[in-house]
Amino acid sequence: MCRIGAIKSFNYVHPSQALKLMESQQKGHDNSGFAMVMHDLGGLFESYKHLPTLSMACTDEGLKLAEDMLREAGFQRVMQWVPETDPQPGLDIHAMPNYVFETFDYPRYFRNGDQKEKEDLLLDTRLKLRKALEGNELGFVYSFWPDVVTLKEIGDPRDIGTYFKLWTPDDKFTAKVITAQCRQNTNYDIVRYAAHPFFMQGYTVLANGENTFYLKNVEAQRKLHRGYIGFESDSQCFLYTLHYVHRELRWPLRYYKHVVTPLPFYDIERREDKEQLLALRQSLAHLEINGPNTIIGVLPDFSMFTCCDAKKLRPVVIGRTDDTVVISSEVCGINDILPDRDWEADIYPHEREIVAIDNDLEVQRWRQ
Amino acid sequence: MEAMKVQHVTPNDMPWKIKYDASRCTLCGSCVSACSFRAIEAKVERRRMVFSEGELPDPQQRFSAVPVIRQVKDVQHYCRGCGICEKVCPNDAIAPHRNPDTRHPIITRCLGGDSIKRGGRKNLESTVRTLDKIRVGRISQMTDPSLDAQRHTFDMLAPFGRILPANTLPFSIDDNDKLQVEAAMPPVRWIYPVVIGDMSIGALSWRMWEAVAMAVAYLNEECGMPVRMCSGEGGVPVRLLKSKYLKYMILQIASGHFGWNRIAKAMPYMVEDPAGILIKIGQGAKPGDGGLLQAGKVADHIQAIRGVPKADLLSPPNHQGLYSIEESVQKMFLSFNAAFKFRVPVAIKVAASATSVSVFNNLVRDPYNIVGGFFLDGIDGGTGAAHEVSLDHTGHPIVSKLRDCYQAATEQGRQGQIPLWAAGGLGKTGDLAADAFKMIALGANGVFTGKLILQMAGCVGNDMGRCNACNTGLCPVGITTQEPPLVHRLDVDRVAQNIVNYFLAMDTEFKKLMAPVGNSSLPVGRSDALISTDKAVAERLNIQYVC
Repeated sequence: MCRIGAIKSFNYVHPSQALKLMESQQKGHDNSGFAMVMHDLGGLFESYKHLPTLSMACTDEGLKLAEDMLREAGFQRVMQWVPETDPQPGLDIHAMPNYVFETFDYPRYFRNGDQKEKEDLLLDTRLKLRKALEGNELGFVYSFWPDVVTLKEIGDPRDIGTYFKLWTPDDKFTAKVITAQCRQNTNYDIVRYAAHPFFMQGYTVLANGENTFYLKNVEAQRKLHRGYIGFESDSQCFLYTLHYVHRELRWPLRYYKHVVTPLPFYDIERREDKEQLLALRQSLAHLEINGPNTIIGVLPDFSMFTCCDAKKLRPVVIGRTDDTVVISSEVCGINDILPDRDWEADIYPHEREIVAIDNDLEVQRWRQ
Repeated sequence: MEAMKVQHVTPNDMPWKIKYDASRCTLCGSCVSACSFRAIEAKVERRRMVFSEGELPDPQQRFSAVPVIRQVKDVQHYCRGCGICEKVCPNDAIAPHRNPDTRHPIITRCLGGDSIKRGGRKNLESTVRTLDKIRVGRISQMTDPSLDAQRHTFDMLAPFGRILPANTLPFSIDDNDKLQVEAAMPPVRWIYPVVIGDMSIGALSWRMWEAVAMAVAYLNEECGMPVRMCSGEGGVPVRLLKSKYLKYMILQIASGHFGWNRIAKAMPYMVEDPAGILIKIGQGAKPGDGGLLQAGKVADHIQAIRGVPKADLLSPPNHQGLYSIEESVQKMFLSFNAAFKFRVPVAIKVAASATSVSVFNNLVRDPYNIVGGFFLDGIDGGTGAAHEVSLDHTGHPIVSKLRDCYQAATEQGRQGQIPLWAAGGLGKTGDLAADAFKMIALGANGVFTGKLILQMAGCVGNDMGRCNACNTGLCPVGITTQEPPLVHRLDVDRVAQNIVNYFLAMDTEFKKLMAPVGNSSLPVGRSDALISTDKAVAERLNIQYVC
């Protein structure tokens, strides 16, 4: 079973905090990988917040191919950061030759373009890169988006931390939002793309659990958007549904819950907004999820939320201090990084709510 | 000796032979009076007994006249094997036996010069049913736990009505970040995933139809199960049209338009909308064959409901005014949507055919948002009277056809927009929950069933040619007849109770199938939950082959 965690803070946080958050939860999973998405970046990336950063793991050939493609498309590199590695013998990590974090300026003709055009360009570029690098495992393109970096690798999360020197805090590589997960998707093939958090156009989702409506979701999502591809993990469906409901349909976040775990018909009938709820339940019946799961999501505005399945078969807990909110599968992780918080104020969300954390770190509980 | 007339019909030409044991018979006459087909009669046999008295042979003879029960030697009154004689005999003295050497298909045509008609179901020998080669094989275990059929709640309803794609829903967002509806949407009813199929008053006796209607009302009002029944063609009693129970009825219009004069006239007095309208184009058991209600069955109450004289009532095999799919969508759908002011969903029922996907594709692109369901009816079901050649030799199995339609919708990203309802031999083995669940996992939103309902009521017919006399109007158990003495054999309350109990049992069984796959709402299109040990079936349906 996966363990998931997320940190959102007023301050820039180093990934070592995410590693610590996950470390004590290791007994609950198989330590087969480490993946993290960072939003609202500090350190080296702080002055490039408005420009897209490419996060990629690749071979030399893949790197050349990707850079050529980006150059051809008119992107101009403005910053590059190569994480320093410490390849000690005996580390459990299936490292790729290159880890690329490069920030680009938009092609000239897009610079004054409208936001949506830019966002579509970034998505299409990522999809093209992914396709080009797919053969022979030339590389894995995780994200290409402003103010977001992604790191995913196969191996023991502690060793991956050691390899990338992430155990030692510094102020070069930080973010105000970090989501992390420490397991490869062992239900299916070990593929780097199958490890959550998953990212698309500003949205990040990670999940603990199963999606027994996976096939229904996949068959419906494939036709909904060109970016809904891969499906290496049943949890990817949670991201695509979030993207579709919030970005494509432009419905408020609270309706995400109504789509993935709709109220029973009996309850809908008793609601004032039954017409809306019934209409969205029936129109998006194939995006419903079944099975046990908890979802943590980050929206493009860096607000964060969590919700769980309709039977509360997977737990999650939210702990907070004045300047930080942490969501985690197990409370022991929160105890490690927020030892002095008021634990009586921890929130254990129930099956019919979304807990949303805005950028003022105000925690709201929306009953479905 | 009289010349033997080999052309004469004798019991060994018939599909069933009566075995009669005179030594056990009390001559009570129950069997003769109970046989609705007049296939047996009381006769007097001349018996000759040769005997000898005394020490030396001295043959003498004695003649006697003995009353007996005999099979009628007449193709008009042949035994259907219904077994009612056996049921009523106090001494087990009489019973029909299947005659494997029957010449019935030939002599009936030779003597009558007309096609053979019968009721019931497909009689040609068939292989093991496809649905019986499929199992629910994806069992939730460990981190994806099974649910508990007794403890957990399940949300088992299916849509009837046109469902809009999410990106066309007429929503706006108000100041409180809430969705508001800005325009009318097509009506959609969420109902129990098993609809009681269309069987008319006329095809059914008034008591049978009443029993079904009572069961439906009870299931809704007392059991909280929103089960709907379809009226069949031929209208419904005016009293029902004006009652609150109309909301449980799906009104059918078929090519004869029977009964619609009354329905239209009752509209101003309706206190509830009907559950839906079903336009019947064809039916799976006898595709391409229209409906036929023989004059003999057009009793007074049927004349009243349908507004017709006592005459053969023919529903042509096609709707005379419709010549294309587009036209049907525009004309029939629009007029019936408009008739109820767009408050009542309108669906269409067609016979499964090699062309079903094309028909469905045309409907699924419905630009007017008025097609509220696609009812696809396969071979293997069927109840009414029809030509035997249609029953035996035309039709298309439902399973792969339903799957094809679902996959066609999926290919276009339109699954669920026009709900798919499937029928055709479902529940044939008695397990409707299992059949329905498998069809749902293959892509059906729900199923409908007719034949099984008759069997719940006591129908003795089967696929081996037993009874199948629905066309005669002489149904021995009072289901498909309008003859008062036969109709009164049917106990309305018992039949309603049987139907209610079956639905309650089926509901439990549904949960027993949903729980192991870990689903609390219907797993429409979850073909990953199914497996088959038959490679051809697995490949055709795109499910996992296992061995």
